[in-house]
Amino acid sequence: MNDLKSVRNKNRIADNIKDIPKSGIRDFFELVNTMKDVISLGIGEPDFTTPWTIREAAIYSIEKGMTSYTSNLGIMSLRKEICKYVDKYYGVSYKPENECIITVGVSEALDLILRAVINPGDEVIYHEPCYVSYRAEILMARGVPVVLNTYEKNDFSLDPDELEKKITPKTKLLILNFPCNPTGATLSQEQRERIAEIAVKHDLLVITDEIYSELTYENRQPTIASLPGMRDRTIFLHGFSKAFAMTGFRIGYACGPDDFIDAMMKIHQYSMLCAPTTAQIAAEEALKNCMKDMESMRTEYMQRRNVIVKHLNEIGLKCYKPKGSFYVFPRISDTGMTSMEFAQGLLKKHNVAVVPGTAFGACGEGFVRCSYASSMENIVEAVKRMELFIKKS
Amino acid sequence: MEKEILRLLTKNARMSVEEIADRLSTDSESVAAIIKKLEDDNIIKGYIVVVNEEELEEHQVKAMIEVKVTPDRSQGFDNVAKRISKFPEVTNVYLVSGGYDLRIEVVGQNLQEVALFVSSKLSTIDGVISTVTHFLLKKYKQAGVIIHNEEENERLKISP
Repeated sequence: MNDLKSVRNKNRIADNIKDIPKSGIRDFFELVNTMKDVISLGIGEPDFTTPWTIREAAIYSIEKGMTSYTSNLGIMSLRKEICKYVDKYYGVSYKPENECIITVGVSEALDLILRAVINPGDEVIYHEPCYVSYRAEILMARGVPVVLNTYEKNDFSLDPDELEKKITPKTKLLILNFPCNPTGATLSQEQRERIAEIAVKHDLLVITDEIYSELTYENRQPTIASLPGMRDRTIFLHGFSKAFAMTGFRIGYACGPDDFIDAMMKIHQYSMLCAPTTAQIAAEEALKNCMKDMESMRTEYMQRRNVIVKHLNEIGLKCYKPKGSFYVFPRISDTGMTSMEFAQGLLKKHNVAVVPGTAFGACGEGFVRCSYASSMENIVEAVKRMELFIKKS
Repeated sequence: MEKEILRLLTKNARMSVEEIADRLSTDSESVAAIIKKLEDDNIIKGYIVVVNEEELEEHQVKAMIEVKVTPDRSQGFDNVAKRISKFPEVTNVYLVSGGYDLRIEVVGQNLQEVALFVSSKLSTIDGVISTVTHFLLKKYKQAGVIIHNEEENERLKISP
């Protein structure tokens, strides 16, 4: 503990921050870090190295001395490439001048839009199991998080009827993340249309976090923003981390109506100024010249998915075949263990790390997240060890 | 499926039939049948190993040789190229555009052996006008494989 004798104000940390629990993944991370030679299926980032042309473009830009600030919204040529890309693959067009902002990862973009639209007390509906940040970010923006559970029986997709039940006069915002981390769930076109109708009917704003959308193993679907009545109430969040294996570059972006982008830009300019220049240049290279690399990574992920789903089901861990992302979310409750017991036991006895489903929300109990952003060799060996673990316990 | 199997084997010729089947969500028998057909149809001609010779005790000498050839009126470059291909010490033969015609690769136990091959066998073939021999000093990448791997970046073991 710090020596606080000389400090009179003992209430140093703001209440709303004190009350936010640390990410559930954090404790598990600390435990894994004490172990050696761990085979990890707990990694939420690509195992590929960033394609060399992207890295080379970044290095070259540094050599040329392109290391000054960029416009608050981000480099114009990158915004143009992004708007072209979003138009082509997601079916909705935005103006690079005032409807697109480059951020430090999708995480910042999410934070910006939440702070830009939430008044204290506004309710925000999000679906669980989900990425660890949503709830905390809603709380930090002084919103009221409202959980919508998703279930194995629906392949963890979102049930529009359940959604409608959660809506109150205070509901302002709905957050969607499909393909989903940690479940790999996707939305069908019919579900997307139903959700859009509900959003229009109840006048909801929608945030769609599409960070895994390139990793969709069927045809990439148009975004919800492209549906009737949705463009002006939707903020489209995306980035380069997963599709182009660029997590450390920290480049995300938001596209949406200009009043959203303008409000986000205010926060961004005072807190961040701009996203790192080198990383923006790298991102532009990715969109211009690396679609092939992205496609070959996607093919590899898809094949690994086929392998891991088959092997997990063979050893008796029931696992549906997700249509997106690089996660599978097998049920482990038949072993009689909780998610945490399973993950800790597997780690301690067999040096394999998976993430307990509860790290992603209470309804993740009974499941673990296995990432297949790992070599085929690791995947096969990890599942073998899981089998040993299940048989012995 | 045929195309994808070929792609996988090109990346890793030792990938098992079972793994290919699992990757493509099919069964081993189908994969084995397709591979057999690719072999029978002369599409798959062989499976080779990429070796880092620096790690071996005995060093062979390799050379790349540029060969200028007078093309034959009826056969073009084929006659000479086929003739050269028959020598066991010749590992690769390509017809190329540019300042010379054939690019061939040769392996020998030592420098003299390669030199002897060039002077007594290669240069004396009818139609060969001239040769330029480049001895291989160091190999950086072959068949898509980087020979000297850089240290791998260690990722966080758990990340959200």
